[in-house]
Amino acid sequence: MAYSDKVVDHYNHPRNVGSLDKNDPAVGTGLVGAPECGDVMKLQMKINPETQVIEEAKFKTFGCGSAIASSSLATEWVKGKTVEEALSIKNTDIVRELALPPVKIHCSVLAEDAIKAAISDWKRKNTGAEAAAVKPESTTAAG
Amino acid sequence: MAVKLPIYMDNHATTPVDPRVIETMLPYFNETFGNAASRNHEFGWKAEEGVEHGREQVAKLVGATPKEIIWTSGATESDNLAIKGVAEMYREKGNHIITQVTEHKAVLDTCKRLEKYGFEVTYLPVQKDGRVDLDELRKAITSKTILVTIMYANNEIGVVQPVAEIGAIAKEKGVFFHSDGVQAAGKIPVDVNKDNIDMLSMSGHKLYGPKGVGALYVRRRNPRVQLAAIIDGGGHERGMRSGTLNVPGIVGFGKACELCQQEMPAESARMRGLRDRLKESIFTQLDEVYVNGSMVYRLPNNLNISFAYVEGESMLMGINDIAVSSGSACTSATLEPSYVLKALGVGEDLAHTSIRFGLGRFNTEEEVDYVSARVVETVKRLRELSPLYEMAKEGVDMSKMTWNTH
Repeated sequence: MAYSDKVVDHYNHPRNVGSLDKNDPAVGTGLVGAPECGDVMKLQMKINPETQVIEEAKFKTFGCGSAIASSSLATEWVKGKTVEEALSIKNTDIVRELALPPVKIHCSVLAEDAIKAAISDWKRKNTGAEAAAVKPESTTAAG
Repeated sequence: MAVKLPIYMDNHATTPVDPRVIETMLPYFNETFGNAASRNHEFGWKAEEGVEHGREQVAKLVGATPKEIIWTSGATESDNLAIKGVAEMYREKGNHIITQVTEHKAVLDTCKRLEKYGFEVTYLPVQKDGRVDLDELRKAITSKTILVTIMYANNEIGVVQPVAEIGAIAKEKGVFFHSDGVQAAGKIPVDVNKDNIDMLSMSGHKLYGPKGVGALYVRRRNPRVQLAAIIDGGGHERGMRSGTLNVPGIVGFGKACELCQQEMPAESARMRGLRDRLKESIFTQLDEVYVNGSMVYRLPNNLNISFAYVEGESMLMGINDIAVSSGSACTSATLEPSYVLKALGVGEDLAHTSIRFGLGRFNTEEEVDYVSARVVETVKRLRELSPLYEMAKEGVDMSKMTWNTH
C-alpha cells in the first residue's frame, strides 16, 4: 500500500511527540484504542483556564503510520484553538488532509476520539464555572 | 557499507529464481517449446524429456520415485488435490480428516469446504512452541478417519512439525498422511519414506525456481494412494491432473531442486549462521523482544520476533528499504492479527508487533548487519513514540487496564 506524502512526512517527522504532566489541573489526557486492536493514542493538551485556548499539545501513538500521522496532525490542529474550536474537528477533516484510504479511516476516528477524550478529561478536572459553560460532551467509543 | 537497497528478506513469501535455473529454462521457451503430450514428433519428445528429467530431480530431492510426482500449478493446487482427492476417493471408508490450526490457508480453507460437503474435520491445537501434541493426534484418530494433513514447516514461524512421528502414527492406524512441504523441501532434509509421508505438496518458487509450477508426491506402494482428480480433461499425469504441462516451469523447478539438494548442507549452515547473527544482534541491543515459536525445531532461515510496544506496520514503514512481513492486522486483509501466533498463545497485543524475517540464498552478512541496525534504530525511535512503552516503563500493568476496544 502506498502512503500519501503527508502521512510519510508526519511519520518521519512527527510533530509534538511527548507527554505533559497528567496531574496538572490544566492538562487534559485522552487515551483511546487498545493494544490488542493494534492502536493506542495518547493525546494531551494544556488549556488556559482563562481563555480556554489550547496552549500546548503532545501525543504518543502505538499504531500504524496512518495512526501516527493522524495523531500528529491532531496536535498541530488543536494548538492555538479554543476548546470549542477543537471539538469541531471532524475525523473526515483528517481523512481529507492526509488522503487516508478507506481501510485507514478508523485511524482518523481514533484521533477525533482522542481530542474529545482529552477535553472531557480536562473538563472533569475543572468542573468550575468556566468548564460548565461548555456543553459537556464525551466520547468513549472508538472506531 | 556497500549493500544494495532494497534488501529482500521475505523468502517465505517467494524466492528469486536462481540464475542457473533461468539458464536451464530458457531454451524451453522458443527452441524446445513442444507440448509434452505430443507423441509423434521431435518437439513433443524433447519437451517430454525435459519434463521427465525434472520429475527425476524433484523426486530425488524428497526420496521419491519419479512416477510418484504429479505436476501442478503450485502448492495451493497440490494441497487441494491431495485433500479433496482423498476425500472423494475414500469417502466410503470414512468422512473424518485431521489437520491442525497453524496450517496454510490452502489446507484450512480446503478442509472448511469439505465440512460443507459433510466431512468432519478435527483442527488440532498446537503447543506454545508451535508443534502438535502427538498424544492429541493419536486420540483424535477414529475408525472414520481417512486423512491426516499436517505441514512440514510453518510459513510464518518456521516451526518444523514432528513429521516422522506423525507419519508413523498414521501408518500404524492405517490413515493417509499428507504434508504441505512447501517451506521445508529444499531447505531441510525431507524423505517421504523415512517420514512415512503418503502425499507431499511442493512449490517451485519457494526454492529458487519459477512461480506457477508445483508438485504433489503421491505414494504408489505401501500403501498405494489413489486420488480423484479435481481438474478433468486430457487425462495427463495419470489422470490425476489434466492440462498441458508447463514445460519451462517444470524444467526450472527440477533444476532448482537439484541445486537445493547439492547445496543443502552448506546452505542450511550458512542460513543458520546468518539467522543467528541477526537474532543475536537484535537481542543484545533491544529489551522486550520475543521469538515466536520453537528455536530448536525451526527452519534455519526463519526468524519471527515480536517487538513489544511497536506496531508491525509502522515498523515496516520505518524499515522501508527492507522487505520483510508482519503478523500485524494492519498488514493483512482480514483486520485480524496472525492466526498462527494466536494459536501459539501469543497475545493479540504482541501479535500486532511481530515481524517475520525470511533469509535466503542471496542474502549476505553485510545485509544482515544492515537489517539489524535499521531494525534496532527504528524500534528505538517508535518506542519513543509509543504510549505503551512509556506506561510499561512507569510500571503500569496494562493487562489490568480497561481499554475502550473497537
